[in-house]
Amino acid sequence: MKPLDWLDQRTGYRKLAHEVLFENVPGGARWRYVWGSTLVFCFTLQVITGIALWFAYSPSSQTAWESVYYIQHEMWGGWFLRGLHHYTAQAMTVLLAVHLMQVVIDGAYKAPREFNFWSGIFLLCLTLGLSLTGYLLPWDQKGYWATRVATNILAITPFVGPELQQLVVGGADYGHHTLTRFFALHAGVIPGAIILFIVAHIYFFRRHGLTPKEPRRRPDAAFWPDQVLRDAVACLAVLAVVVFLVVRHRGAELGAPADPSEPFPAARPEWYFLFLFEFLKYFPGGTEVWGAIVIPGLLMALLAAMPFIGNWRLGHRFNVAFLWIVLAGSGWLTWLALAEDRANPDHAVAVTAAQREARRVVELARAPAGIPATGAVTLLREDPLTQGPKLFARHCASCHRFDGHDGLGGQPKDAASAADLKGFASREWLAGLLDPARVATPHYFGGTKFKNGKMVKYVREDVAEYGPEDRQLLELTIKALSAEAGLKTQREADRRDEALIVKGREALVGPRMNCADCHVFRGTGDAVGPDLTGYGSRDWLVAFIGNAAHPRFYGDRNDRMPLFGEEKVITPGELGLIVDWLRGEWFEPPPAAPR
Amino acid sequence: MDPHPPPPAPARRNFLAQAAAAVIGAITLVIPAASGLLVLLDPLRRKPAGGGAVFVANLAAVPAGGEPRKFPVLATRVDAWNRTPDVPVGAVYLQRLPDGGIRALNVACPHAGCFVDYKPARDNFHCPCHNSSFALDGRVLDPKSPSPRPLDSLETEVRGGTEVWVRFRNFRAGVHEKIPV
Repeated sequence: MKPLDWLDQRTGYRKLAHEVLFENVPGGARWRYVWGSTLVFCFTLQVITGIALWFAYSPSSQTAWESVYYIQHEMWGGWFLRGLHHYTAQAMTVLLAVHLMQVVIDGAYKAPREFNFWSGIFLLCLTLGLSLTGYLLPWDQKGYWATRVATNILAITPFVGPELQQLVVGGADYGHHTLTRFFALHAGVIPGAIILFIVAHIYFFRRHGLTPKEPRRRPDAAFWPDQVLRDAVACLAVLAVVVFLVVRHRGAELGAPADPSEPFPAARPEWYFLFLFEFLKYFPGGTEVWGAIVIPGLLMALLAAMPFIGNWRLGHRFNVAFLWIVLAGSGWLTWLALAEDRANPDHAVAVTAAQREARRVVELARAPAGIPATGAVTLLREDPLTQGPKLFARHCASCHRFDGHDGLGGQPKDAASAADLKGFASREWLAGLLDPARVATPHYFGGTKFKNGKMVKYVREDVAEYGPEDRQLLELTIKALSAEAGLKTQREADRRDEALIVKGREALVGPRMNCADCHVFRGTGDAVGPDLTGYGSRDWLVAFIGNAAHPRFYGDRNDRMPLFGEEKVITPGELGLIVDWLRGEWFEPPPAAPR
Repeated sequence: MDPHPPPPAPARRNFLAQAAAAVIGAITLVIPAASGLLVLLDPLRRKPAGGGAVFVANLAAVPAGGEPRKFPVLATRVDAWNRTPDVPVGAVYLQRLPDGGIRALNVACPHAGCFVDYKPARDNFHCPCHNSSFALDGRVLDPKSPSPRPLDSLETEVRGGTEVWVRFRNFRAGVHEKIPV
């Protein structure tokens, strides 16, 4: 007995293969029949890429973002794998819509194919469930806030909403168990159900056969090879589009790690849920159950009732029109949501800020210190570049500005009434302070009570009279004073001008500049104005912001500067973050990092 | 020879065997299913941690003119098996009131839970998700607003004349009533 005969006798594979490949296609192969196969292809691709991702993913609030970061940025081909999974999910949604339209337009939902249609509708819901659960798994700001909104909407379900929400979230708050549950649903329960329903869907399809598009142009043919070839070409085209998107966007987006205390005004659901997001804007408070549950539920019920409606005289036309109206309505709402965001400058700012933080946390994660056990969210919370502007906007910007804004690019309600601190203690900043034309402007002392003080008087009267020789000394003084700060941006210049800085220190306390008349510098001078020893250095700034009314600084002549440290307005950690940010001291990746 | 001969017709008196098979089958399924269900339903008995007053900010950090300022709320966060002290669990807007008191508003929009922004130019709060807007005292400004109720105010206490303590809580979104979760 030949080996294949032996195998067939024991397994019956020939009969099975014959049944699979030689299904009758009435009217011959056509391109319009490819959509179901492309969906099976996409699902298979999702299973393969999903299992590969599973090998590296860790669902907990301290490891989810971190493991996705590792996949995306550290593992061989991780960005491509994740991108394939992400964009295939999007392709599936589009293909589901196309498949549904084809089925309805061709009348393939009518008796006796009701169960085939209903199993398809259920598969549509399960696939949307996959998208919804998958969106959270990276545990980034986008997924976190979108899921908060989605689960809060779930909580308005009549009678069982709050309990349902608590079960889905895995407790009273979002955390480890939200991820373990979403992951179990995403990688286990829903795909398992999809496999069962695909089997049922194909079984029902085979039981009643394909619904041919009339008129039939050609004689009946077998599924193999013509229809299989068309299906294969369609699957290849889908894959090509997905790969194009993956390469173009360099994989899927990964936002900053989820942080329940950080607002995320850029929060939006995935594009195919935008219509629902927009729809909810039209339901005044307390009526959103209609927009989120009742109306979508009724639309789904009407969809499921199509096989019965189709039996009526004008039923089929009604079904086709209904589907077109729903799709057009969803498209219109999606367009409205996108147009509204495009026209909203606040949204553009929020998206830019979200992208900036996403890039920044990757830089920090790649730093030699790596990601701590407390998770990547700590990296951003302890990063001067990220937190400095926020703290400045919260605590300093009611009086000060940073390059003309509140640190975050916004404008506070009240006009600036204290110095602009961009480049504080740098040579440029000090040159402006000692410029007779600028010292009394709002950029420096103009908004403070010191605008008529000794320092302004000195600059406007004495410095204004300086001849060339004094001007040279002034430049040396500026270099020396600025060097006290030890600014990162000036480190090279300070090293280069070391000899000039030594001369500048002498000039600073010398008789021509007269600084020591009012300031102490390295043990010399009178303590009327702030001590200039270590001026602008980290220690000096921490001490100054902590207590500007200390005798070392303004003493009882302090204007309105709150005693941030002394009165515990901010914590020592926050003070350090503001100071480091003002001084430009934060981690920067090497300019030509090999990675 | 037919490899699958038809099974003999069931005897009429094997009811007991059928019933026993059904019961045993049910038991073998019920026990694993029930044990799984029990763990699955466990979150229903979990209650949020905290609810007591926490220190949020020094009084000096709250602007004098009545402008709201956002502060993170640091508390002990219990996340299943982790218990982490002094981490952000939410945020509040604090405002000084003309009578010297302090108003605290939870930043979460009562509609769907997004964080509301304070807009200095408009001097109100705005939700970036579904466009609800609120007055400085938390009132809903637009009658067509998707938010079913005003921003959630929280109990405050100024201790020692300098420290603002807030009884921080979250409330159920999407309903008219202010129901703590």
